[in-house]
Amino acid sequence: MNIAVTPPVDKPGSNQRPAMYYYDHFDRDFVQERVAEFRNQVERRLSGALSEDEFRPHRLMNGLYLQLHAYMLRVAVPYGTVSSDQMRQLALIADKWDKGYGHFTTRQNIQFNWPQLKDVPDILQALADVEMHAIQTSGNCIRNVTADHFAGAAADELEDPRPTAELIRQWSTNHPEYTYLPRKFKLALTGSTADRAAVMLHDIGLRIVKNPEGDIGYTVIVGGGLGRTPMVGKLVKDFLPRADLLAYLAAILSVYNRYGRRDNKYKARIKILVHETGLEAFKAEVEAEYAAMDRSGTNADPAELARIAAYFASPVFETVDAGDLEVHKAAHPDFARFVDTNVAPHKANGYAIVTASIKPYGGVPGDVTSAQMRLLAAVADQYSCREMRISHEQNVIFPHVKQSDLFALWQMLKTDDLATANAGLITDIIACPGMDYCALATARSIPIAQEISKLFANEERQKLIGKLGIKISGCINACGHHHIAAIGILGLEKSGKESYQITLGGDPTFSASIGERLGPGLDAEEVPHVIDSLVNIYLQQRQGDELFIDTYRRVGQAPFKPALEREVEDGSDI
Amino acid sequence: MALISEGKFIPDIWHHAAPEAAIADHTILPLERIAEATGAFGVLLPNDAEIAAIKPFLGTVSVIAINFPAFTDGRGFSLARLVRRAGFTGELRAFGNVLPDQYAAILACGFDTVEISPERAARQPEANWTAALGGRDHAYQRGYHTKVSILNRRRAAK
Repeated sequence: MNIAVTPPVDKPGSNQRPAMYYYDHFDRDFVQERVAEFRNQVERRLSGALSEDEFRPHRLMNGLYLQLHAYMLRVAVPYGTVSSDQMRQLALIADKWDKGYGHFTTRQNIQFNWPQLKDVPDILQALADVEMHAIQTSGNCIRNVTADHFAGAAADELEDPRPTAELIRQWSTNHPEYTYLPRKFKLALTGSTADRAAVMLHDIGLRIVKNPEGDIGYTVIVGGGLGRTPMVGKLVKDFLPRADLLAYLAAILSVYNRYGRRDNKYKARIKILVHETGLEAFKAEVEAEYAAMDRSGTNADPAELARIAAYFASPVFETVDAGDLEVHKAAHPDFARFVDTNVAPHKANGYAIVTASIKPYGGVPGDVTSAQMRLLAAVADQYSCREMRISHEQNVIFPHVKQSDLFALWQMLKTDDLATANAGLITDIIACPGMDYCALATARSIPIAQEISKLFANEERQKLIGKLGIKISGCINACGHHHIAAIGILGLEKSGKESYQITLGGDPTFSASIGERLGPGLDAEEVPHVIDSLVNIYLQQRQGDELFIDTYRRVGQAPFKPALEREVEDGSDI
Repeated sequence: MALISEGKFIPDIWHHAAPEAAIADHTILPLERIAEATGAFGVLLPNDAEIAAIKPFLGTVSVIAINFPAFTDGRGFSLARLVRRAGFTGELRAFGNVLPDQYAAILACGFDTVEISPERAARQPEANWTAALGGRDHAYQRGYHTKVSILNRRRAAK
């Protein structure tokens, strides 16, 4: 195969290569073993040595699902960091083995919706060639670790969470003890004062903190999650010394593996164990195991974290000013809107973080064509130290862009519909694949997202509304994260018909809350108008530049109820 | 039943207690019949057993078998680690529904042997287990019986 293989890194921190982790020969050998193993498993499945039931967990742990129409391969993008070379390889996979596109997920991964089983070992090899894999993107094991998509670039960051995330990725990969858990297990990390990783809503959420003595450690949150029984995570450790991280994680996993429920898959997540055991009793179990175990024999050496961290050393930033940024903004109002919404503060003077929107008006949230992937890679090569991030909002981030390059970057993105000025706005909708792809879905998600997106496409109106998250799930498993949206939409099936419930007041940040149901379900065609009414009520109720969640917390649900009633009375023209 | 050790099917000098039959030498007993043990004995543990339940005979039992009711039920892996941590040095068996694909993890958690049904042994013959033994070499964890601990190797390379 004619592809570029990244050479081994020799100088972490130089700007020759993107500042991200590179495999050493151990990592490379490990992934190669894994590809060979899966190739053998596919052969044994085809020969009958493995039954479908026995094959299933192995294909799942290599990211291969059986969906409504075909297999789906979910490729891990660890903590969302991807190089331009890797992005081009994803484009090649999309063209060669799929239908020319992929889908960015809410867990910073990418999915291919149409691979053939016989081709999957070759796809895994193509991934291994660029230091990628699909390991543990599915199955009842520790899943791909996610992190703040602004990591290493954000102005509000205490420490880049990715070295810790990479340490956890390695430790959790093919763990001999914790690979057949009661249910899936998701970790998320942030090192910032703002939470862009939803750490309160994962099985384990970690926040990098500094104690009064000035030492770096972790605040550990356990038992958050969405799905059928949404719960906000509980604080189990205020300050865990950095060196003890893996031992403490192992203690939590040990308790979960032994006592997590296995009688009912809908009650098998750790959030249910914490809830049924009680927080104090659960903490006592974890502490007892932590005290009994060989901690020093479990933890990685501090030198290992330092080895990993060296790869993530900041690029060397130049001393630059914003150039003609203001001139371009004045001349191009659409560029000015893009800068207002899709550009975030960078830790280095003269630089910026840019969000390329994968949410064009009326498009499928998170879907990218192979041509768009190549364009994103070219932009990263030219303007962002050859590196990108996938955000859990299903967008693509350029972490290190000179402000003086913003106008040129914007023009490049515009050529293939990647410059929609809507990051964080009401049309930046998160939606699960829904009944268009998913075997579990009870309703469509994508067409609802497309209709809402079209309805609010006016950028002046979006700017007036400000930051407001809409998230859509096509069944109660809640992959679209509707529980933590300011306005959540849940698609269900009621008497053979799709029915959509609205929830209000979700919050994915440190002040996490689960959205509350507004009222009875709606027909699909009613949804956009009701959303429009809800937004109008918010605009009437809000004080100053108050966010939706703050207005909602202040006034409660009652003022929003008429959105449902008014729809019944006078139809769409509200 | 078929017994697997070091990737090979080997003869088994142990047998499982038959319901209501008298216990002979070299019998693996269910936990609730442990009082009937005579001579060299083994015990079959459910995978939700607590270590406290085996403490009284930890010094005298020769074989501890841990039941895997389904290969997807990973409790046996944690229980094996705890049995070893409690000081058991005899033969530790993974009993029941396990796959060759799990062999490396089984050994890593402290098991010595695997005991599977004749039906499974026919479908997943010795060659599969031998191959599994030669498969995965690399593991990222410390504190498990893996052939190569990457973390330890990296430390040694410094």
